[in-house]
Amino acid sequence: MNKWIVEVKKLNKYFGKHHVLKDIDFHVSYGEVVAIIGASGSGKSTLLRCLNGLEPIQSGEVIVDGVRVNGREVDLNKLRQSIGMIFQSFNLFPHMTVLNNITLAPQKVKKLPRKEAEELALTLLGKVGLKDKAHMYPSQLSGGQKQRVAIARSLAMNPKVMMFDEPTSALDPETVNDVLDVMKELAEEGMTMIVVTHEMGFAREVSNRIIYLDDGKIVEEGTPEEIFYRPRNPRTREFLSKIISV
Amino acid sequence: MQFDFLALYRAIPALVFGASMTLRVTVLSIILGLLIGLVAGLAKVWPNRILRIIASAYIELVRGTPLLVQIFLVYFGLPALGLNLDPFIAGVIAMGINSGAYVGEIVRGGIDSIALGQMEAARSLGMTWWQAMYYVILPQAFVRILPPLGNEFIALLKDSSLVSTIAIAELTRTGQIIITRTFKSFEIWSGVALFYFAMTYAIARAVKHSEERLRYSE
Repeated sequence: MNKWIVEVKKLNKYFGKHHVLKDIDFHVSYGEVVAIIGASGSGKSTLLRCLNGLEPIQSGEVIVDGVRVNGREVDLNKLRQSIGMIFQSFNLFPHMTVLNNITLAPQKVKKLPRKEAEELALTLLGKVGLKDKAHMYPSQLSGGQKQRVAIARSLAMNPKVMMFDEPTSALDPETVNDVLDVMKELAEEGMTMIVVTHEMGFAREVSNRIIYLDDGKIVEEGTPEEIFYRPRNPRTREFLSKIISV
Repeated sequence: MQFDFLALYRAIPALVFGASMTLRVTVLSIILGLLIGLVAGLAKVWPNRILRIIASAYIELVRGTPLLVQIFLVYFGLPALGLNLDPFIAGVIAMGINSGAYVGEIVRGGIDSIALGQMEAARSLGMTWWQAMYYVILPQAFVRILPPLGNEFIALLKDSSLVSTIAIAELTRTGQIIITRTFKSFEIWSGVALFYFAMTYAIARAVKHSEERLRYSE
């Protein structure tokens, strides 16, 4: 068994000539909840997308669950089954009901029989508090409901780690908490989570560790205590003072 | 000036037969064009660069040359390579290859119009590129592809008049033949135009109908 579920070594990522991620180094251990914070354009989302191979990297190493994501021999389709990914814009499939959104991948990828997939989907919908929406289409749901369906859809693949890319940024304020509550519950159940977020309250309360990213570099890393109350780096201090005063 | 619409009335059975030939050529060309176009459209969004280049070359070449020349190339040109085709088959092949290029562009456009996040979400769940395409992207793209596809079918039906030049007795050719006998140009060509219009109008209605039926709550 590996010590880390996610291991990133000297990761460098460019978009053309633009150096987006610079010598990123960090680990996530099993069951840990890590929040990645930083200003827009600091590379947080890109970093997350490098972890499940949605973005290729130019140098360094990304190892998830013992598999080198950037290796030649990697079976990304297989690896991605163990990495749940939640997007800012939900990306539910609009032509399918909520239930089918959730059952599609288990049926087609894991070859789960339809009935079992549906039972699983209903259980997960119950978990996110949306059992009654199973036969609705995504367009009939609020943003917060859509994001909870997206979480259920990811969980249906029984992932070992869940990644969240600003999961509440596109939501109406009144629905943010429903999503955060589901995420808290997941964290309490011991799910390993990496969360790119602007929700400082969530980062402080729920995460075990916070990584502060600035201009493509990890500027500071520590427990919520350390980051929020005793930031060592002046840039972290500046960022936090801006965010918290708002 | 006197019109002899009795000549048109007498020509109706022949024109109906011509129109049915037009329909046969067009329907078969549409089917061939759809098959080629789906492959070309998918190739254009394929992760593999070589396939993309081949598909682009095909689409550009076909769209950059006249259909009439393509028909001549298949019917009069291929025998030089030892391939003698029946006019009907040559006509269907030329029109199918021609339509495939336009359908290919339509399919690519439809796929491109689906937000990138859909593919990313599907791939993030562990689906292969094919599975994501088949279950997630194409069903959504199809709804958007339908209207331009209907236009392509109508254009193809009208362009099928060009195969009259390789002696396929379709609607236009039938009209020409009747006129050489009767000299009633105005009456017969009016009749031919009406027959074309009836067919294109029927296609337009059919496409509109299926569009409305397919529109899910987006």
